[in-house]
Amino acid sequence: MYTVSNRLKIGAIILMIAGFALTFYGFYAAPKTVAQSKEMLKSHGDGHGESHGAEVTVVDEGHGSYSEKAGGHTMTEAEHDEHVFHQLSNKPWAAVYVAAFFFFMIALGVLAFYAIQRAAQAGWSPLLFRVMEGITSYIVPGGIIVFVILVLSVMHQNHLFVWMDKTVVAKDALLQGKAGYLNPTFFLIRAAIFLAGWIGYREYSRKLSLAQDESDDNSNFKLNFRISAAFLVFYLISESIMSWDWIMSVDPHWFSTLFGWYIFASMFVSGITVIAMVTIYLKSKGYLEEVNDSHIHDLAKFMFGISIFWTYLWFSQFMLIWYANIPEEVTYYITRIEDYNLPFFGMVAMNFLFPVLLLMNSDYKRLNWFVVMAGIVILAGHYMDIFNAIMPATVGDQWYIGIPEIGAILFFAGLFIFWIFRALAAAPLQPKRNPFIEESRHFHY
Amino acid sequence: MLELELENMASKVLQAFYNDDDVLMHAVKKVKAAKHHIEEVYCPFPVHGLDKAMGLEPTRIAITSFMYGLVGLTVAIVMMNFIMIKDWPQDIGGKPSFSYIQNMPAFVPIMFELTVFFAAHLMVITFYLRSRLWPFKKAENPDVRTTDDHFVMEIEVHDNEKELRNLLSDTGAVEINISEKDLH
Repeated sequence: MYTVSNRLKIGAIILMIAGFALTFYGFYAAPKTVAQSKEMLKSHGDGHGESHGAEVTVVDEGHGSYSEKAGGHTMTEAEHDEHVFHQLSNKPWAAVYVAAFFFFMIALGVLAFYAIQRAAQAGWSPLLFRVMEGITSYIVPGGIIVFVILVLSVMHQNHLFVWMDKTVVAKDALLQGKAGYLNPTFFLIRAAIFLAGWIGYREYSRKLSLAQDESDDNSNFKLNFRISAAFLVFYLISESIMSWDWIMSVDPHWFSTLFGWYIFASMFVSGITVIAMVTIYLKSKGYLEEVNDSHIHDLAKFMFGISIFWTYLWFSQFMLIWYANIPEEVTYYITRIEDYNLPFFGMVAMNFLFPVLLLMNSDYKRLNWFVVMAGIVILAGHYMDIFNAIMPATVGDQWYIGIPEIGAILFFAGLFIFWIFRALAAAPLQPKRNPFIEESRHFHY
Repeated sequence: MLELELENMASKVLQAFYNDDDVLMHAVKKVKAAKHHIEEVYCPFPVHGLDKAMGLEPTRIAITSFMYGLVGLTVAIVMMNFIMIKDWPQDIGGKPSFSYIQNMPAFVPIMFELTVFFAAHLMVITFYLRSRLWPFKKAENPDVRTTDDHFVMEIEVHDNEKELRNLLSDTGAVEINISEKDLH
């Protein structure tokens, strides 16, 4: 049995406390009135001042209302001030939402990976099942936190989702057309169904996995195989719709048909990376002795492959929109290239160039420290991916990786570590009676 | 005189036949442990881990593949730059071809495809040349059964035929032959 070391526990709690304090400060420091926000911008110097005229017309996709209202001409000074005020007051919310979703998506990605291993009856991975089950335990608190943020959005505590604002919809023909699907009630119902499905599968599969250890036949294993195959069908549909709802709808005018896959690739590669990192950590502490270099090698191959898969989807989405150059589609990328140039292209370097060059060599995939270093770059890159997906529509050009963003990352990282290692300590790290455990033990490349 | 010398060039090899890859793997390890040099092993399909058991050096074909990929990428960039920017610039979809970097997204699929094309094809050709395989070449495998369901391990004999025979029959060989073989 694994017990969480005190250092890890205290480290996680410190992360949570520090993160909470910083996030709290972020909310405290956000402007409460238009006058305050004007004051803040002035004290920041006039870095923004010069480009106002151009920005206001181009960058407005996020708050559809304003561009509809402005109808091609620039906003008045007062309208612009209010617009910036909304962006600044959104900033801490968006920071919390990005971090909350990012850590939740790691657990969800691992859940998909786990279900695939179960459904495929993979022989190499049973030794890693308990690690995966530990990480997926986070979808319970993580999912609830994301859901609470969504409920607060519906209750107008923040303005992350512009289509939730009735006055906006009243002036927007496109949003009225989408209102049958994109309305607060149905939105929350969908979120509740998806979370119930994911959490339900996770808890049931974990129960069967533990019961298999004590059982004297393979009935639990077979049932787990069947529910995993069924779950994958549910997962692929629900994950796609979730990505439209929770991420794509912050830009309610814009849509992309492969968005679900794109977010899936992000969560899948982040999840696999975390499996590798947690496994390497546990091995370094002397647990999981039977996990050998070939298991790490296989996880690193997945990190490499899915990173390329992510890039393929990122580019496919980008190139079609770039080539077609249809105004309502292309605003999405114009915002990102003009206002988010460094995070947008930096993310491609981190998610594509780094993994490709670092993990291409077969020998490097077996070096644990190398896999961890590549994993840190991949995780940071995929945080930036979610950042780039949410921020342009919610805070526009007022983005900054400052106190609330870092605070939220620290808080959720602390909670994530605390929760998954608590779950890892709850059961033996090696499944006893999995029918494929022998094959996994002898797995070699 | 010449004939005699040629005869000396040819050497005797023992050929041990196996009908199971696991048995073969154990045999290879045993023969290596007894410090005999294994000339060659002929298999009907790739056997996982055999190269390591035989003590072969790791392949360097991946390095050549990487370099071929870089060549392909370069060819794609130079080619598209010549065709679309220098030689005959066209305005496609409102995107005039004035600079390579501005039109780069349109060329990415070509850059990707040629990278893969060069890496894959040149790697295969390298592999064939390195394995001395070319069209109409006479097969080197000593027995047609190695293309069906038998594995053959070849060991050179240096006046130790008896000892080798005993060792090989202990390893589960189903048949042991001795034959003359020309050195390459």
